[in-house]
Amino acid sequence: MIPQQFRIQKLKSETYDTFTMELVSEKKKDGFSFLPGQFNMLYVFGVGEVPISISGDPTKQENLMHTIRDVGSVTGALRKLEEGDSVGVRGPFGSAWPVEAAEGKDVVIVTGGIGLAPLRPAFYHILANRKKYGKVAILYGARTPEDILYPEDLQEWRSKFDLQVRVTVDRAGKDWHGTVGVVPSLISKVRFDPKNTLAMVCGPEIMMRFTVQELEKCGLMTEQIYVSMERNMKCAIGFCGHCQYGPKFICKDGPVFRFDEIEELFAVREV
Amino acid sequence: MKDIKALLTEHAFFRNLKEKQIETIAGCGKNVHFSKGDVVFRQGEEANAFYIVKKGAVSIEVDGAERGTIIIQTVEAGDILGWSWLIPPHEWRFTANAVEETSAVALDGRCLRGKCGGDDALAHTLLEKFAGVLAQRLEKTRMQLLDVYGK
Repeated sequence: MIPQQFRIQKLKSETYDTFTMELVSEKKKDGFSFLPGQFNMLYVFGVGEVPISISGDPTKQENLMHTIRDVGSVTGALRKLEEGDSVGVRGPFGSAWPVEAAEGKDVVIVTGGIGLAPLRPAFYHILANRKKYGKVAILYGARTPEDILYPEDLQEWRSKFDLQVRVTVDRAGKDWHGTVGVVPSLISKVRFDPKNTLAMVCGPEIMMRFTVQELEKCGLMTEQIYVSMERNMKCAIGFCGHCQYGPKFICKDGPVFRFDEIEELFAVREV
Repeated sequence: MKDIKALLTEHAFFRNLKEKQIETIAGCGKNVHFSKGDVVFRQGEEANAFYIVKKGAVSIEVDGAERGTIIIQTVEAGDILGWSWLIPPHEWRFTANAVEETSAVALDGRCLRGKCGGDDALAHTLLEKFAGVLAQRLEKTRMQLLDVYGK
């Protein structure tokens, strides 16, 4: 599991603390294949490694895209890099969003903050195969209007007639004309058939907890809900135990879990 | 256009109410319309109504003094707007503004309080229903206060 060297082709500032990196392989010219929901370990030489979800379009494999929030020493070092610099990449790792199992069903995507990044590849996949899905809703929550991730994508998706796209923020001033409130409140505002729906949820754990409760109130069973979990990771292949989650490893068994598989652990504070 | 009684009968908030009770409540109702930017009610003024939003959206705002006006919640079609009419001193705790063309049923608080005065069962039912709305709002406000997307 030696990191492969990638070059930063493009950097884009998303919000005050979040940025997107487009990487190209220094050696492999045949692109980088991954499943929506998987992550890579990004290595800043001399600093360390960090797990980052892949946030790009899975059908466009020539560029590898990662959206990163500057929250620690490695992500801080990643932020200081410039276009043309190199990073090490190990991956892709982990389980994927159930985009194939969702075919023929309605899909409700509920996400908050930077949680939109790991779900964007799944959404790209659904858009590329739109006819295979029923009603599709994407519900996104952010802290303030300034913290909204991928506003251009959200605008574009909202302009489509066959998608339900709702954005809400936790607080806003008078210049915001959109919705204010928590993202689980939006679930009852969109149309889907609870008997034939798959929900994909990604965001802070507390947001996911309230979201699952609201989805259940709307009639979904826990087997119809998928969540993406996060813990500190080191090896990413299930050896080191850093990301152990009860009997599971987030890196190997997750990060995407069907909710009924982790429901009991989800309620335990210490895990 | 549906009459007010039919609308209340179908609304989740009035689920489990007896037909007679819905008829009584509907007797205090009227259809109202707000243009985008209209003030629905203002903080500190006498609170004598609550609204069932049929169409559009209303922002609930608080005056944050030097921080300016802060929007704390948006209420949309299907939602209940306003609880201050029920609790003394019957003054609006927040300001509400229509952020879109909005249609609603306005239920007259004074009329309802009067009817509740002679009907303990109705008073109890309404209090129970509004306690549910308040608990839900409190839970959501707490979640907003948690700043879940912060570092």
